[in-house]
Amino acid sequence: MTDRLGVVVSGSLDRGVEVKLDGAVSVEDMVVGRYVTIEGQKQRFFGMITDISLGVIDQKLTLTPPDVSDPFMAEVLSGTSTYGTLHVLPMLTISSDVASLIEGPQPVKTVPSHFSVVNLASQPDVELVFGGEDEKRFYVGTPLDMETKICLDLPELVKRSNGIFGKSGTGKTFLTRILLIGMLQKSAAVNLIFDMHNEYGWAGTSEGGRSVKALKQLFPSKVAVFTLDEESSRRRKVSTDFVVRIGYDEIEPEDMVLLRQTLNLTEPAVEAIYQLRRRFGKNWLQQASDLPDSEETSELLKELSIHESTFQNLRRGLATVRRLPFIEPHAPDNPVKRILDYLDRGINVVLEFGRFTDITAYILVANLLTRRIHAQYRDRTEKAMGEDVAKPAPLVITIEEAHRFLNPELASQTIFGTIAREMRKYNVTLLVIDQRPSGIDAEVMSQMGTKITCLLDNERDIDSVLAGVSGKSALKSVLARLESRQQALIFGHAVPMPVVIRTREYGSAQSYQEFIPTDRSEIKGQAEKDIEELWE
Amino acid sequence: MAELADRVGEVIEASTTDFVAQCYELYQSPSLGSLVKTRDEPVDLYGIVYHATTGSLGPGRRPIARGKDEASEEAIYRSSPQLLKLLRSEFSALVVGHREGGKLYRYLPPKPARIHGFVYQCGLDEVKEFSQSFAFLNLLVNTHLPVSTEEIVAATLRQMSQAHEDPHAFLVAAGKELAVLLSGQFNQLKAILGRLK
Repeated sequence: MTDRLGVVVSGSLDRGVEVKLDGAVSVEDMVVGRYVTIEGQKQRFFGMITDISLGVIDQKLTLTPPDVSDPFMAEVLSGTSTYGTLHVLPMLTISSDVASLIEGPQPVKTVPSHFSVVNLASQPDVELVFGGEDEKRFYVGTPLDMETKICLDLPELVKRSNGIFGKSGTGKTFLTRILLIGMLQKSAAVNLIFDMHNEYGWAGTSEGGRSVKALKQLFPSKVAVFTLDEESSRRRKVSTDFVVRIGYDEIEPEDMVLLRQTLNLTEPAVEAIYQLRRRFGKNWLQQASDLPDSEETSELLKELSIHESTFQNLRRGLATVRRLPFIEPHAPDNPVKRILDYLDRGINVVLEFGRFTDITAYILVANLLTRRIHAQYRDRTEKAMGEDVAKPAPLVITIEEAHRFLNPELASQTIFGTIAREMRKYNVTLLVIDQRPSGIDAEVMSQMGTKITCLLDNERDIDSVLAGVSGKSALKSVLARLESRQQALIFGHAVPMPVVIRTREYGSAQSYQEFIPTDRSEIKGQAEKDIEELWE
Repeated sequence: MAELADRVGEVIEASTTDFVAQCYELYQSPSLGSLVKTRDEPVDLYGIVYHATTGSLGPGRRPIARGKDEASEEAIYRSSPQLLKLLRSEFSALVVGHREGGKLYRYLPPKPARIHGFVYQCGLDEVKEFSQSFAFLNLLVNTHLPVSTEEIVAATLRQMSQAHEDPHAFLVAAGKELAVLLSGQFNQLKAILGRLK
């Protein structure tokens, strides 16, 4: 079998090169997103097919099409008078000299010369570009039509905030789970996961409704499950490590600001929160919502120059917050401290929301906890800088429905906006999961190191994900043609070039076994038992 | 050296681009499109038969109808044996290549053929060797001949394909070469391809 596809006939660095297919190669065998190598005169180029088109040598053929039911005619014309062309975007150069072997593949700065031969990329080529699996690199999937493993350099990945995007039902959650397992094993980072739909802690469900194991089942000693809803967790037979309760006095005005949209608060109402905080101190929430409808209250409001209707608006909002079952006048324990305790011991924390999938609860809790944890991290990092001691372990915070936190109005106010922007200075980064990336602030998007995106079909979403990437239009056609399941496009900091992967399998007993390192014999035994059960 | 049995005629007219040969036997001219060669030491010239005629020896003397009382066509020749001497067959060949010092060149030789040079029909092996490359097609396609180019090209390729183990593959490869040569003349290409089957 020959891997030769054709020769380069034209092109530019900006737009990519045109490749005329050889007659023997069927245009129908070509797939957008596949890798090719181009043998230039001085260096080898590594690129990706981004478009495929048909050409004829003589326009008359399009006007009076030949009789292709005659196989002889069809055979003669294919590749000569009629031919296929590929649009290839060269991305990297691979040279075989010593210097480039050390530095690895480099981004392209030129195009291959005329009539350079184009071949399908071989497995060793792909491995050279994406690297094999080792103690830092984690296997996430395979390229299309190939068995080579595509690996992500996870310590590198967690140095920046990252995003996972895709329409609902395209496998974001599975991909996230795989990535979290990877981080758990191969990076020095600890994870804090705000698990809105209870999918990462103990068990999740696949598209087909089948239950799949999640982090705690696979790595019991490295994962702690926190819950907001003990009852739901118990019903789902999840062993939880801690039940999160938040006291009124822990809610600060900054936490409320984020809820402006969901609670329908007016601008003056938000201002009023700050005034009430100044007035009542730490326990402002309880005191403000307990104010009776009396003369004194009116006096007080007048004194604080808060309008009556503004106050009512605020009170309705506060009542919504107080109705959240996990909010209590006095919390028995400090959840921030507990989370940090676990994180410090290198144990990853998954916070389940149980039945409280209401976005108000999610935003409030995620923001409240993250703000405090981030503040702690900042203090520690600064201290570490001053006293020359070890910095705290890198922390990755996973948030879902990210456009609710990071939309252009809120991004500048929330802690998540801050984390996304200041990146790794304080060793805290985000893993953002979202289905409407267009709703996320452009500045935040631009700061993300690596983006992993499953199928997106909304034009605005695609544009926002690909903003600022070179070869955007070419990637656009690749992205829009991803299959709706198990396929994703990865580009950015952690990969040398954009890559379309078929994500590795997750959910079968066999796959669990592959995720677990060999030295963990007891779990391996369990996985083997699972495999046996499958056959019963 | 080609055998006597392959000798089909003798050059009676020659130019840089073609030569005319008279057949030794009446009606025994090689078929249209076949590869013939003649020798002009030290060069072998290769030609492709593109035209053949049969007529009377003298320019002013036309044959007359003789068969009115004969039972068959053969009987005419039997009763008038002089006819075989008064008529002659000739064929014209387009020079498409030459061999010098054992090496084959698929372009015009430095000098035209010699008058009275013997003309031989090439054997299968020689045809196969000559048709390893399609460079000669360019000469064939771009020469103005009394017969239509399509016919000659198609006849030549049909003849040559017989010398190859896989005639179909040979024709496809030749077709592809033609598709490139005739890239702007699709109708001509179609006509040739239609005649190749």
